[in-house]
Amino acid sequence: MVVNQGMLHCEQVWREISNYVDGDVDAALRSSMEEHFRTCQRCASVLAGTRNVIQLYGDERMLEVPSGFSRRLKKRLTKDAAVKGSGWSSWSAWLVPVAAIVLIAGGLKLANTFTFRNLIKSQHAMPANNIPPDLVVVVSSGSKIFHVPGCRFIHDKASERTLTAKQAIEEGYFPCTRCLRQYLKTGLTGHRGAVVADSGSVEEQEESAEVLSVAGR
Amino acid sequence: MSEPSMVLNNPGQSAAREQDLILSVQRGQNELFYELVRPYERRVYAAALAILHNEQDAEDTAQEAMLKAFANIRQFRAEARFSTWLIQITVNEALMRRRRERTVVMEGIDRRDEESEYAPRDFADWREIPSEALERKEVRQRLAKALGALDRKYREVFVLRDMEQLNIQETAEALGISVASVKTRLLRARLMLRDLLAAGWEQGWFSRLPFEKGTKPW
Repeated sequence: MVVNQGMLHCEQVWREISNYVDGDVDAALRSSMEEHFRTCQRCASVLAGTRNVIQLYGDERMLEVPSGFSRRLKKRLTKDAAVKGSGWSSWSAWLVPVAAIVLIAGGLKLANTFTFRNLIKSQHAMPANNIPPDLVVVVSSGSKIFHVPGCRFIHDKASERTLTAKQAIEEGYFPCTRCLRQYLKTGLTGHRGAVVADSGSVEEQEESAEVLSVAGR
Repeated sequence: MSEPSMVLNNPGQSAAREQDLILSVQRGQNELFYELVRPYERRVYAAALAILHNEQDAEDTAQEAMLKAFANIRQFRAEARFSTWLIQITVNEALMRRRRERTVVMEGIDRRDEESEYAPRDFADWREIPSEALERKEVRQRLAKALGALDRKYREVFVLRDMEQLNIQETAEALGISVASVKTRLLRARLMLRDLLAAGWEQGWFSRLPFEKGTKPW
């Protein structure tokens, strides 16, 4: 260890070596330290090593991230901050409550359309599924149920009237749970009145869809 | 104080482009935010890792910090460096997480070390290490291992100052410690790392070049 070299001890040099590398020492100290490094190999070695450490760790290549880091970060930003896509901005922030009101109102409307108005209380009258629109059915007064001709659950047979399933549904009738059981595949939860026949032609499918819309109304 | 010569303030995009991106995001073009922060994602992760010393926690914290930066982007002022602002948010998030999870190491144990002087232990003749050495994963892993061996308080100062390129004042503010403490810890961190890596230097694994292209070592 060099003692009293250039008026500086090695310990004094080590104490200031970090500041020296950062250029954070005054001119007089810098000059003394430079003199010391010229004559003290050990301190010169400490200086070189310190500079190497700073250079190596200051390299961008030392900043490694785990595999998939960028993908996960982007996903998180997209998910939690609407960073990708339209998102919201300050000038359009007022749209948020408006959108919420529209959504709530729309939701209520939909719920009303598909649930409340279609809720059928009688277990003997449920919307059908895949019922052929041109199936011949009969209805009678005093009931909102349509039947296959000859069904023994037809009330007031004297007032029987014959029509197609499509017409019956349009008039607000629901299929009999006995004679038209095969079309009641949706059960009690199927209150959407899906009446889509398994027909081959596009026209028939469109017609069935039309019946569906009538039934669901 | 002069900045280190290897400062990589803004890799991958010009300062003007960065300003444009900041203004665009502040005006509501949220989809540009990732483009703005992408050049700094590795620095954000490294800052969180330095404080938390756990990869999963560091990644979670990096994501949280980015979200916080996004939420507060309108408070960013052009006179500050965006990278510094981002790193300071990250450090704050990491420190809060550490406090929350009660993983603080007893400070009293380290305080004595900080006050005593650190004497270098190895005086091998260090020459300049070629930058190509960092192309080798083995070298990067050894450097990372040495950094991980430091006490937390030395590691976090060293990472913020020498890897994140914050200046002394910024490092002190980010960590909530005095400038004098930053300088003391930085000195010790640099000297300790130098000693930890000296053995590798003497064994030549810094300068050992990979085998030539087209040849195999067996």
